[in-house]
Amino acid sequence: MDAISYERAGDVAGAVRAAQQPGAVFIGGGTNLLDLMKGGVARPMRLIDITHISGLDTVGTLPDGGIRIGALVRNSDAANHALVREQYPLLSQAFLAGASSQLRNMATVGGNLMQRTRCGYFYDTAFTQCNKRTPGSGCAALEGHNRTQAILGASPQCIAVNPSDMSVALAALDAVVRVTFPAGERTIAFADFHRLPGDRPDVDTTLRPGELITAVDLPPPLFSDHSHYLKVRDRASYAFALVSVAAALQMDGDHVSTARIALGGVAHKPWRATAAEQTLNGQPLTQARLHDAAAAALRDARPQHENAFKVQLAQRAIVRAVNQAAGHSGGVA
Amino acid sequence: MGHPRVGYRGVGYARVVMPALSFQWSQQIVMSTRNKLQDPGDEPDAAPPQPSRRRFLQSAAAAATVGAAPHLRAQTPGPAALPPAETHTPVPSRPVTLTVNGRAYTLQLEPRVTLLDALREYAGLMGTKKGCDRGQCGACTVIAGGRRINSCLTLAVMHEGENITTVEGLASNDVLSPLQRAFIEYDAFQCGYCTSGQLCSATALLNEFHNGTASAVTADVRSRPPQLSDDEIRERMSGNICRCGAYANIVAAVRAVHDGGGQNSAGAGSNGGLHDTKA
Repeated sequence: MDAISYERAGDVAGAVRAAQQPGAVFIGGGTNLLDLMKGGVARPMRLIDITHISGLDTVGTLPDGGIRIGALVRNSDAANHALVREQYPLLSQAFLAGASSQLRNMATVGGNLMQRTRCGYFYDTAFTQCNKRTPGSGCAALEGHNRTQAILGASPQCIAVNPSDMSVALAALDAVVRVTFPAGERTIAFADFHRLPGDRPDVDTTLRPGELITAVDLPPPLFSDHSHYLKVRDRASYAFALVSVAAALQMDGDHVSTARIALGGVAHKPWRATAAEQTLNGQPLTQARLHDAAAAALRDARPQHENAFKVQLAQRAIVRAVNQAAGHSGGVA
Repeated sequence: MGHPRVGYRGVGYARVVMPALSFQWSQQIVMSTRNKLQDPGDEPDAAPPQPSRRRFLQSAAAAATVGAAPHLRAQTPGPAALPPAETHTPVPSRPVTLTVNGRAYTLQLEPRVTLLDALREYAGLMGTKKGCDRGQCGACTVIAGGRRINSCLTLAVMHEGENITTVEGLASNDVLSPLQRAFIEYDAFQCGYCTSGQLCSATALLNEFHNGTASAVTADVRSRPPQLSDDEIRERMSGNICRCGAYANIVAAVRAVHDGGGQNSAGAGSNGGLHDTKA
């Protein structure tokens, strides 16, 4: 690892000020950043430790009935907070599906939002081609091993996927990200926070340099009784998703009044399956309609040579997750 | 196009870990020897005397490593593969005080030193193991501020003021903790390299379950998991890899302590290292 300087920020203003220095990055749990630094993928010169800032490590209620999760709340604490478990079980499930107990104890909510892809070609500097690591160098995954890569929203520059489980649930729940910069604060709708790769795959989010995430806000809980997070992976635990589905429903008898469906493991950002939602909204939840919805969600899929299986896997996962959310059993498409 | 060599957690782990392990050992021995030559004052006042067998082995291995080093270097792509970034100027070491197993250690550390390296190479506490050094295997698990963490993926300087419990702190007055005794009774290890991480992890697991935490296999996160089933133990221990495959016996040992005495019997030794989590 390169030599680095280190300073502890005492408050948000101090952290944002310190971040104006060249080569400075924030460190929270550090579980992804230090991993990237050890591999020579990230090479910051200055770490601003934000973990001792007070006030960002709590979960509280908002006047509208929603909740605010501080950016420094550890993933394990967010997963197990009573408000999250009772009112947003989808988010609790998504947290618990990610990483290991040790990593969840370290990783912060803000850091989870900033996770970088686990594409092997991005991580391994022996491969010179990676537009995300070295813009303009090419994409080794296009012709290489791409079983785990994107099937939706990719570009000829990059077919990497976002690795976060938490973010898939936050996409389905229409969360809002709160950030602070030297001149003030702003909010970013969750759908706008992560980017598609386009011709700038080196940029993962719409966060501007030096901006600090302070919290994630959730709207009032509408889906507490009908939600499910389903993660499909190569082993039963402690692996990234091949495909994951966050399904949240408002039910009126057998009818779906509102459906929210987001997919993980399939794109450069958490992928809202709006076509599938529209197919279900206001309709009785029949298996035929659910299959139509799953097909609609993957209509624009463009798989690579090793991951065509993800198209059917994602459809089956949608069917199963929505059935689980509705309280139905079964669900293989 | 070849296959990516490292960095994908979960896929092909068995193929990746063994070369990584042998490389880490060599690198670590060189590092330890270098520290000793360049910074003879680094040993903390409070550090326990080092077993002479370890020092002998380190010297012998360091001598053997000199010849092997160029070969290792040639096989190891690293930061050199990237164009030189902005200048990384040397950063001086500074005193960092860590409280480990109830004892204060003041160590001269650069900011980039991980908690794992601080414990092993500077405080002389070799019980915590370096496996993958990338947060994938759990061998380096310690309990910091009441939480089990991977000590390889955090900087020592970030843990000033926290109580840290390592495997050396699980026993109390030379009496092994119930989990340590159960690991022996149930034959919950073979080579033993992952064992200190397994023990710290399982000690924290029992406390977490006692506090009502849910896991990915909990049927409904809205209610407290009713019992610590084998599935719950397996899921909650999934951050600790055992390449010998002692999993069945590890689960049996954890189950025995849970069934046999509840939370108190899983205690973290003389410094009482476990606390309820907040937030």
